[in-house]
Amino acid sequence: MPILTVAFALAFYAATAILVAGLAYKIAQYARTPALLKIPTTPAPLTRAGVAARIAREVVLFESLFKAAKWTWLFGWTFHAALLVVLVGHLRYFTEPVWAPAGLVQGIAPYAGLAMIAGLAGLWARRFLVDRVRYISAPSDHLMLALLVAIGGSGVAMRFAAPTDVVALKAFVLGLLYFDWQPIPSDAVLLLHLGLVVALMAVFPFSKLLHAPGLFFSPTRNQADDPRERRHVVARTP
Amino acid sequence: MAKAAFDTPRIPDFPEIPVVVEGAMGHSRPFAAAPEHQEALGFPGRLVEDWHDRAIARMGELLGRSRGLRVFLDSCVKCGACTDKCHYFLGTGDPKNMPVARQDLLRKVYRRHFTLAGKLFPKLVGAADLTEEVLEDWYRYFHQCSQCRRCSVFCPYGIDTAEVSMAGREILASVGLGQKYSNEIIGKVHKIGNNLGLPQPALADTLEGLGEDVEEETGVPVRFPLDEEGAEVLLVTPSADFFAEPHVDGLIGYAKVFHQAGIRWTLSTRASEAANFGLFIGSYENMRKVALRVREAALELGVKRLVFGECGHAWRVAYSFLDTLAGPFDFLDPRYPVPQHVVEVTHDLIRRGALTLDRSANDERRVTFHDSCNVARASRMGDVPGGQFTLPRDVLRAVCNHFFDMAPDTIGEGTFCCGGGGGLLTDDLVELRVKGALPRMQAFREVVERHRVTHIAAICAICKSQFAKVLPYYGFEMDQILSVHQLVGDAIVLGRND
Repeated sequence: MPILTVAFALAFYAATAILVAGLAYKIAQYARTPALLKIPTTPAPLTRAGVAARIAREVVLFESLFKAAKWTWLFGWTFHAALLVVLVGHLRYFTEPVWAPAGLVQGIAPYAGLAMIAGLAGLWARRFLVDRVRYISAPSDHLMLALLVAIGGSGVAMRFAAPTDVVALKAFVLGLLYFDWQPIPSDAVLLLHLGLVVALMAVFPFSKLLHAPGLFFSPTRNQADDPRERRHVVARTP
Repeated sequence: MAKAAFDTPRIPDFPEIPVVVEGAMGHSRPFAAAPEHQEALGFPGRLVEDWHDRAIARMGELLGRSRGLRVFLDSCVKCGACTDKCHYFLGTGDPKNMPVARQDLLRKVYRRHFTLAGKLFPKLVGAADLTEEVLEDWYRYFHQCSQCRRCSVFCPYGIDTAEVSMAGREILASVGLGQKYSNEIIGKVHKIGNNLGLPQPALADTLEGLGEDVEEETGVPVRFPLDEEGAEVLLVTPSADFFAEPHVDGLIGYAKVFHQAGIRWTLSTRASEAANFGLFIGSYENMRKVALRVREAALELGVKRLVFGECGHAWRVAYSFLDTLAGPFDFLDPRYPVPQHVVEVTHDLIRRGALTLDRSANDERRVTFHDSCNVARASRMGDVPGGQFTLPRDVLRAVCNHFFDMAPDTIGEGTFCCGGGGGLLTDDLVELRVKGALPRMQAFREVVERHRVTHIAAICAICKSQFAKVLPYYGFEMDQILSVHQLVGDAIVLGRND
């Protein structure tokens, strides 16, 4: 077994373990920390069903961001929506026979890759061009964008300029899933792409990417406006 | 006090986002609480020797009991959506008044001490140690946040800077660096029962005088009862209502409403204050202690209903927290919500035709309505979301003929703070208060020019005091701010309802 295959296989296992365990830890921590008081940002829904709809609008449409900043919304929403299409498309490397939705988006996935990069470029430009956003940007904010652009860029490059051996790649990926390792194609762009994905998975639970689970636990969004109807008391530790 | 040395901002023709001017408000620092005011609230008298370790430990405790704080400190992606939403940033251009940057003052220390990335790569992720300089930044900039929650409306994750500045102030007070204005006031509430330190005889005297004034003016004996056992309604109202314009005219309005509706009501010495500054300093314990007075007063007087007067943050604490902090209120009449806002009471009476109103009594006034931040974004009135916006406007339209709203993005859920909320209504912060009022003054001037509006009506004691103070800085008159219930009181036709 080539050392490269072993290294990548182990890296993927490690990154997956970090991602899953790290997220599970943070989610458990959020769930366990009490929300002593009712603090929904009002006007807020009065019922749990209404709250579910509010969160759904935030997740799917980025409702609050749309109210706040139209350009940021455009770039941010484009990036996330395109990323979703790309991720669904990538499931064809993980499923045999190919999962239907993955096959369905196959035609548009490469263009979604381009849209994703365009969205990221817009978001990144704001970090340089808008003085307020420049002020609040830390090196890690630039680095995260660089990482995502590099992942998107290497992926798009393989699609449009330097095709890789996708049959061998799929054999490698399925081999990881079924613990029956197959050699990884030793193509530089692919290795870069996969290496960066490993890095992204590993930093996820330690970075601002925690906004993904965070949104579901944000009390200003996930609490119903019913303090007069339902007494809010939680076990507290003050 | 001598007029402070600063320039009142020019009101631009259209709302403008300022360029970033680092350190523009770095000099703004409220007076620190004296040892006696600190100790009365259970905080150390002065900055403790081991403030660093105790601050970090306190932060850990707060993180462990506030899901919101934890999620908010983790989730920010620095997207910048909030950067142009804070009235203090819009009025000063100081970047640390951008909500995200204000949060970052706490977040950078959180990252350093409570996250792996911040422990390993502090520079990379913007983590920093809690130095004396950072502590000083906390004190200055957590006291440049009025906890109005406007930023939380626009944040894609609902991050609420109010929660962050409350936590920051709590940590500061717990290491001995409390703010004089808020802590002195909380001490008075604990000791005497209200923010003004008005003792029972003075209060009784004031209320008796008000009754005489109203009777002299109207010929009708409108009562202002105090500590009357067996009354139906306990009214808890900000103590400003007892003595100063335009607040007191609001109190007269409530009294006329109760009089005409035939509701037997009373004020209470023990709970002669609706305000609860425990909220501002982020102290759950102090907030609870202040809230419990209301429960005790209700039990002591044997009332059936609890009604709150015009006060923004008090309504937040009453509506959102009171049942949690001091409930259950199962001894009150279950047919009414607990608590009720006086605007809900008046609205209901108007709807049922129980009040005779003469709108023309307010014909000299052309009125707009300022949505107070805590009412708008942290509470509700009535039984549908947004009732906090429609009910006061319904009442105003029922009592005056000339009502005009300000620009849509400056009212409702996007309302701009008056500039004096959150424990900042003190003379040592007057520059901040004047500059922070800029967005509201801009919107007000627009309706003055377009609709010849003469008055702003509000339902918050802090808003009213703040506007009375800052309106003159912008070329308006201090008496252009009114209580909503002043307009109600002036329109009510006293006497028999037919």
